[in-house]
Order: sequence, then structure tokens, then C-alpha cells
Amino acid sequence: MKRFNHEGHTAHQFDVELNDVKHKVMNMGGLVESMVHNGLEALMNMDAELGKQVSDDDRRANQFELDIDEDCTRILARRQPAASDLRLVLTIIKTISDLERIGDEAEKLGRISVKLANEVDVPTYYKELRHLGDHVKTMLRESLDAFTRMDVEAAFSTAAKDEAIDQEYATFSRLLISHMMENPRHVSHALDMSWCARSLERIADHSCNICEYVIYLVEGKDIRHANLDDMRKKLL
Amino acid sequence: MNDSSTEADTEKLVSMNIDQDIPHEQTVEEIVASLGDTVGQTRVDNPKMSCTDVNVFYADKQAIFGVDLDIADNEVISMIGPSGCGKSTLLRCLNRMNDTIPICKVTGDLTLDGENIYGKNTDPVLLRARVGMVFQKPNPFPKSIYENVAYGPRLHGLSRNKADLDDIVVTSLKKAGIYNEVKDRLDQPGTGLSGGQQQRLCIARTIACSPEVILMDEPCSALDPIATAKIEELIDELRENYSIAIVTHSMQQAARVSQRTAYFHLGKLVEVGGTDDIFTNPKHELTENYITGRFG
Repeated sequence: MKRFNHEGHTAHQFDVELNDVKHKVMNMGGLVESMVHNGLEALMNMDAELGKQVSDDDRRANQFELDIDEDCTRILARRQPAASDLRLVLTIIKTISDLERIGDEAEKLGRISVKLANEVDVPTYYKELRHLGDHVKTMLRESLDAFTRMDVEAAFSTAAKDEAIDQEYATFSRLLISHMMENPRHVSHALDMSWCARSLERIADHSCNICEYVIYLVEGKDIRHANLDDMRKKLL
Repeated sequence: MNDSSTEADTEKLVSMNIDQDIPHEQTVEEIVASLGDTVGQTRVDNPKMSCTDVNVFYADKQAIFGVDLDIADNEVISMIGPSGCGKSTLLRCLNRMNDTIPICKVTGDLTLDGENIYGKNTDPVLLRARVGMVFQKPNPFPKSIYENVAYGPRLHGLSRNKADLDDIVVTSLKKAGIYNEVKDRLDQPGTGLSGGQQQRLCIARTIACSPEVILMDEPCSALDPIATAKIEELIDELRENYSIAIVTHSMQQAARVSQRTAYFHLGKLVEVGGTDDIFTNPKHELTENYITGRFG
């Protein structure tokens, strides 16, 4: 595996700037991770207050995106980074866009939890949604870890999990359809659940994107839209 | 502690130091050997000039170590690397400018269109007409603008009459993108122009001899950004008709103007490749360190 280090510039201030922006991305990652967790908890526990907090956090995530974008613009203008430095800045610009969207999806979970908080007639399929949510949370955490450690191997194995999550989402959707057919008065609620599952599935997609950026960052190879297994064999 | 014991201690320390392995400082040759083979494709399908196993010595000191490199037709190749890495030395070998340095010895094969440029039958003056050079500092002759450009063609007998010569001067000045700025004062001294104009005049002077290859040794380092942009624009246009090798300390310039980039370190060609690849994903660690500004 390639050694990856973004320190040691003759201009020490450049190290500081890159480190600074990288830490901001990690903080933003931590924030959206907690948003996904809280959104899911709010949904599971019918906790409107927690759901509302996720909406508030989304504003912070948006602000992170603006700040980091500005930092990256400044680095590009002032330092004209090349090679791995350039890839780091590009990776960060792309990563925060995905993180911001993960925040948006988490906010949707929160919003639906606020809407559903006062429902009394609770259907039984929450368990499956939690199961899906747990897998998505793990995938998000692992992709953020891969970014933090610039770990290509972890990025590959995390990205590979997206397929299983897609399948789980499809299974859950089928479950909802059959439930809607059996209990037409639950259609509205089931549709909301479908939206939530959709959001979780999208979060997994965004996590997968982050893993792909990490691989690009370290290896310099763009593996988007390529066969993951082939690329893995080629690179590792 | 008395004096004698201090002395004894000192002696002990000294002897210990002598016994210890003094860290061996690597010689340039050892470092070069540790760099390994050049990374990337040194050869191209349509070479204009070729270097094969080129070594250059200044007296006992070796400045270039076994360089293999092709310069393709109609391409701009940039040579980058820290000071003293041999990039200018190699450039100067390409039109035998090093002949003027008595202690300089060049070994290996250097060819232009497959012909050995260091062959017995090669006339360096004619070679330099085919392989022109532009230097770091603009160095127009202390003559009129017209004479600066006309000097080469007249020397090489490229014109039959005055009208021919006029034509060459105007065409060369136009190609160098300076004609409009000087057309009304061709009889004025070339040294009276601004730095950027002088450099373009020097390029016009080089073009006037109808070279096939143009070597540029940091052609923009003495120029302001606007003059630099004009020269870069010119390099881009000249590529259609000439092969260009450019030595530059500005990485951005190398990235902007060249199609291939060669990175030198301590006289060794470390890596060569497409400029796009070198500046986004270099293969050799030293190249990476240099272009990202990590050189200690």
C-alpha cells in the first residue's frame, strides 16, 4: 500500500492549512454521523425533540460545508497544490458535498420522526428499519474511519458493503408493499417508512462515494463507475 | 573531581568516539545508484532527438548519470528539478553548448533525426542553427532589432537578397508575437526594448534560423507575469512547427506548457511521463516531494 502523508512541506504553513481543513472534515463527519444516529433514534423512539435537534444540526453541517469549501478555494488559489496535495483538496471538496447530503437525509429522518411522534397505531416493521439503519451507520462510520486513516483497504471493504445494503433496502420495500396491501389504513405511515428507508439507502451510497474518494486520494486512481473487485485486485 | 580524572575521562570519551562507527555520508554516486531506473516511458514513437546513456562530467565531477530520453516531434517537454540536478546541463548538451567548456566531457549517444550530433562530421554551428536556444536572461545583440533577427539567416546564407531577408525578419518577428510592437522601430537598438520584448526578440532571432528544435533555459524567469503569459502562449503556437525542450523552475509553467515532463535529481532522470500524470499522480516519491514542495 502506498505511503500517504500530507505533511513535511517546506512551507510549514501549508501543512497547517491542510491539517486544519482535514480536521474540519473529520468534525463535519462526526456531526453527520451523530445526526444519522439521532435521526434514527428519534424515529424509533418517537422522540420529536430529538428529531427537531437533527434539523438544527443540519444547519451546522451546512455551515461546515461552506467553511470548508472556502478553505479549499483559498488553498487552491494561494498554494496551487499538485499531486497528492491536489488530490487531497479535491477529495475534501467532494467528500463534504456527500457529507452535506448525508446530513440532509438524516434531517429527513428527523422531520418524519416529528411528524410520526404522536401516532398511536404503531406497525411492527420498525425492527427491520432499525436493522437497516444499524448497517448504514456502521458503513458511514467505517467510511469516515477510512478517510481519517487514508486506508485504502478499509475503503474497499466498506464500499463493498453497499450491495448488501441495497438488497436489504429492496427486501424492506417488499415488506412495506405487502404490509400496505394487507393494511390499507397504514399506507400513509408505510410510505413515510419507505422514505426513511430510502434516506438510509442513500446515506450508504454517499458513504460508498467517500470510500471511492479515499482510494482516489491515496492511489491516484479514479475507481468510480468501475468494477470494485477488479480495481481491488489491481491496486492491493 | 580533580584535573587528572577529567583528563582521563576526556581521553576515554575521545577513544570511545573513535571506536564508534562514524556515520557514513553517502556520496552522490551512491545516492544516484540508490535511485534505481527511470520511472516512466523515456522513449516515444516519433523521436526528434534521442539521448541514450548520456553521462556528462565537469572534470572529475559527474553531472549527468546515464540519461535516456527522447524529445518527440511537435511536443513541448519540460525538464524540472532542484538546482544542480543537471537539467540545464542536459539541455546544453542537445546543441553542444557544452563544447565551449573545456573541462566538460559528454559520453553516450545524442541524435537528431537519428544522426549523432557529436559525430566527427557534425558542424556545431550548423547544429545550433537546427537546434536553437533561448536563454534565461534576454540577451539581444547590441544591434538594431532588425539586425538581431537578420544576423543568423545572413550567417547561414538563408536569404538570397534583401527582400528575402526582410521577409524572414518580419515573419520571425510575427511568429514571436512581437512584430506589431516593434514594426515602426526596426532600426532601433534591441537592447532598448522591455525585458519581455527582448526575450521575444531572442525567440524571433532563434526562429529566424529555421530551427527544428528550440531549447529554452528558464525563458521566463526574468519576466513579469504578463510577459510570461505571452511567451507561454507563443510556446504553445510554436509547438505546431517545432520540438521544444524547456527547463523551468516554475512547476506551474511546466504544467501549463508541456505535454511531457521529466524530473531530474542529482543528475539522474528520476521520472518522465505525461505532464497530466506527473502533476496529479507521480509514481516516484522524489517527484512527488519536489512538485508538492516538500524538498528539505
